[in-house]
Amino acid sequence: MSRPDLDRGHYVAPADTMSVPVDVVRIDAKPSNLWLDSWRDLRRRPLFWISAAFVLLVIIVALVPTLFTQVAPNSGCLLADSNKGPTDGHPLGFTRQGCDIYARTIWGTRTSLIVGVLATLISTIVGIVMGALAGFYGGWLDSVLSRIGDIFFTIPYIIAGIVVMSVLPQRNELVLAFAIGGFAWASTARIMRAEVLRVKQADFVMGAESIGMSKFKTLLVHVLPNAMAPVIVVATLSLAGAIVAEATLSFLGVGLGSGTMSWGLDISQAQTNIRTAPMALFWPSLALTLTVLAFVTLGELLRDAVDPKARAQR
Amino acid sequence: MTEPLLRVRDLRVAFRSGKKNREVLHGVSFDMMAGETLAIVGESGSGKSTTASAIVGLLPGTGHVTEGSITLDGRELTTAKRAELEHIRGRDIGYVPQDPMSNLNPVWSIGFQVKEAVRANGLAQGRQEVHDRAVEVLQQAGLADAARRMHQFPHQFSGGMRQRALIGIGLAADPQLLIADEPTSALDVTVQRVILDHLASLTSERGTSVLLITHDLGLAGDRADRIIVMNQGEIVEAGPSAEILSRPQHPYTQRLVAAAPSLASKRIGAVTTREEAKVETAPTVVEGRDLVKQYSIRSGGLRSEKFLAVDGVSFSIPRGKTLALVGESGSGKSTVAKMLLQLEKPTDGEILIDGEATSTMSRAEVFKLRRRMQPVFQDPYGSLDPLRSIGNLISEPLHVHGIGTRDEQHKRSLELLDQVALPRELAERYPNELSGGQRQRVAIARALALKPDIVVLDEAVSALDVLVQDQILHLLSDLQNELGLTYLFITHDLAVVRVAADLVCVMEKGRIVEQGTVDSIFTDPQEEYTRRLLDAIPGASLPLGGVGP
Repeated sequence: MSRPDLDRGHYVAPADTMSVPVDVVRIDAKPSNLWLDSWRDLRRRPLFWISAAFVLLVIIVALVPTLFTQVAPNSGCLLADSNKGPTDGHPLGFTRQGCDIYARTIWGTRTSLIVGVLATLISTIVGIVMGALAGFYGGWLDSVLSRIGDIFFTIPYIIAGIVVMSVLPQRNELVLAFAIGGFAWASTARIMRAEVLRVKQADFVMGAESIGMSKFKTLLVHVLPNAMAPVIVVATLSLAGAIVAEATLSFLGVGLGSGTMSWGLDISQAQTNIRTAPMALFWPSLALTLTVLAFVTLGELLRDAVDPKARAQR
Repeated sequence: MTEPLLRVRDLRVAFRSGKKNREVLHGVSFDMMAGETLAIVGESGSGKSTTASAIVGLLPGTGHVTEGSITLDGRELTTAKRAELEHIRGRDIGYVPQDPMSNLNPVWSIGFQVKEAVRANGLAQGRQEVHDRAVEVLQQAGLADAARRMHQFPHQFSGGMRQRALIGIGLAADPQLLIADEPTSALDVTVQRVILDHLASLTSERGTSVLLITHDLGLAGDRADRIIVMNQGEIVEAGPSAEILSRPQHPYTQRLVAAAPSLASKRIGAVTTREEAKVETAPTVVEGRDLVKQYSIRSGGLRSEKFLAVDGVSFSIPRGKTLALVGESGSGKSTVAKMLLQLEKPTDGEILIDGEATSTMSRAEVFKLRRRMQPVFQDPYGSLDPLRSIGNLISEPLHVHGIGTRDEQHKRSLELLDQVALPRELAERYPNELSGGQRQRVAIARALALKPDIVVLDEAVSALDVLVQDQILHLLSDLQNELGLTYLFITHDLAVVRVAADLVCVMEKGRIVEQGTVDSIFTDPQEEYTRRLLDAIPGASLPLGGVGP
């Protein structure tokens, strides 16, 4: 084979390799965009399936607890059963009040999930609206909305929750969700604003204007979908946070009333007897930990999946 | 025969992705003599930059040399230890990176970064000595009053000045070999010329060998003794510059040489000289009258400075013709395009479409006007929403203007795909599956959806490789003939103007310095600035761009 430059003359490679036309279109590959690629990546990860299955289980338990237990969690508690160990039909034993631990844990899922989902919905929607408007329109609107966000950012939402819940006369899931979500949106808003600022620089935003699309529609159709990925990740993670917040407030006694089932409430009531009846504390704690862990894992996997750089490194 | 300074033999480089190795260099061999300037020319993805990084041992990410050898002055580099390589880098091999904007650390002063290089290469000891040497380095790189500039930060330097500082750092230790990876691609042509002249005089003085990596055949022909043409990780042709460019042997090189626009090229699609005469008689479609655009730039606190981006610009474009607006960065050419597209309001002056003033138009009238006037932007990666399918993107203008039913819109988008020579199957695909040139075709199809008669091409081919650029220019020319389109062509590249435009306005600092037909301006420029621009284009004397068969 003749080598280029060895003779320092004019080297020409054999030309047979060069029949490839310029800029060929490949249509054999699978359709690909951010979400399709992310889904393909997630699908190949076992941890995703494990945590997704657990999340699904939690959702089913919350929707139809009667599938899992026939025992009433609150009524029919006999003080005679107080702190008793497992018996037939009551696999996890009894609380101090003589209620079935298994039934209470199953029913508690519903409260945790409702409050968690509602609180996350509230904080995410408020955050998206505030962040998107601030980032897209800029100017004085940005200043006003961002300062409001800053104020909320300085208030720890547990403390805000304690204050709100102890002041309000009514305590139900919706109020609790507002107390948690209403003070947790500031970080979502900041992320949204930064993403919108990034996306709006793209030429396709100017392109939308030049075909006559209105500004607001451009924001909805082109900017928001391209800015959603990190917010969805944060929402998954903050769902876990909201579940913990609900448990914390219930534990502190400012959550839902004692008539409801809640893991936080059960943990709080069981802690006085931790030496004599540790299992009453253990089971709701385990349920809480596993649920939160599943959501956090899902969020982290999602974060890796929507980031093409992180995908390429694996 | 004397020993070569650099000897590369059967070099293979692969990138690991997952468990697989993807080979990107398939056995590259060449020699470099002391004092020689060698250019590696190729399109993006040809492996030219990878070859350069392999030589300095700085392959990015998971890249690694799998086979072959690189010897510098008899020393093997592929098996050298890290410490040895660190010793060689800087002292024996200098490196000038591509992007002067991101290759200087913005938080440290220029002086600090030059001194760092001086110290790392052991050129001087002691504070005063290091400082003096650093000043000397910058002076040699052609920075006026270097001593004062030592304390300045990268953002206070222009692109050209930063590149000078980087060249200074690269040459600080007087290396035997300087690798310059696209050293001037990010700079204006006039600046590019000065920088390359200076680099050439510095290196010939010291007898430094220069390995120049570039995509620009003309530039390679001007600056290098020998040229290596690479394609898809292989050398396809190598030899003395003049010979490669005048008698390319390999079909790929031939295509490359033919596609490279130069001053000697002809207008694509120009049929006869009679066309020239028609320029005068065709009715004017677009007219700009004394356009002024003033921005106020906030300069801390509530004060703001006025900045004139466009200053009294007038032009007119006859129907079916192409007017090129040429200028260096900051000349205001893109601002003119935005004003025409009604994306910015002129501070003063008037834009007339078919003789109708646009500044007094109502919103509804502007909306109607947009049907007649569509843009294609520069960045093929940013101008298409990545989350929408190609078919959706192309038919979106129809949707916004409420033209046709969903089925009709879909049919029209398929027709448009045919028109820009893309397969219909792409309608269901997404932009990130396409190359830059293909995305630009989609952008053109989208621009044509509303059947406009005016298309504004804002640096629409600047980001593309030569062959793809040539293809797109031909497509634009075909569409112009077929649909009778009027183009406003914004570009910084005079060589492209030569092949793509009928009329040209040369802009400098917001003003038009000269305008006329392309032929008259290129053969007989009246203004000093125009002449300087034309002279700065690399490869002026070379037979590029469709001259010959």
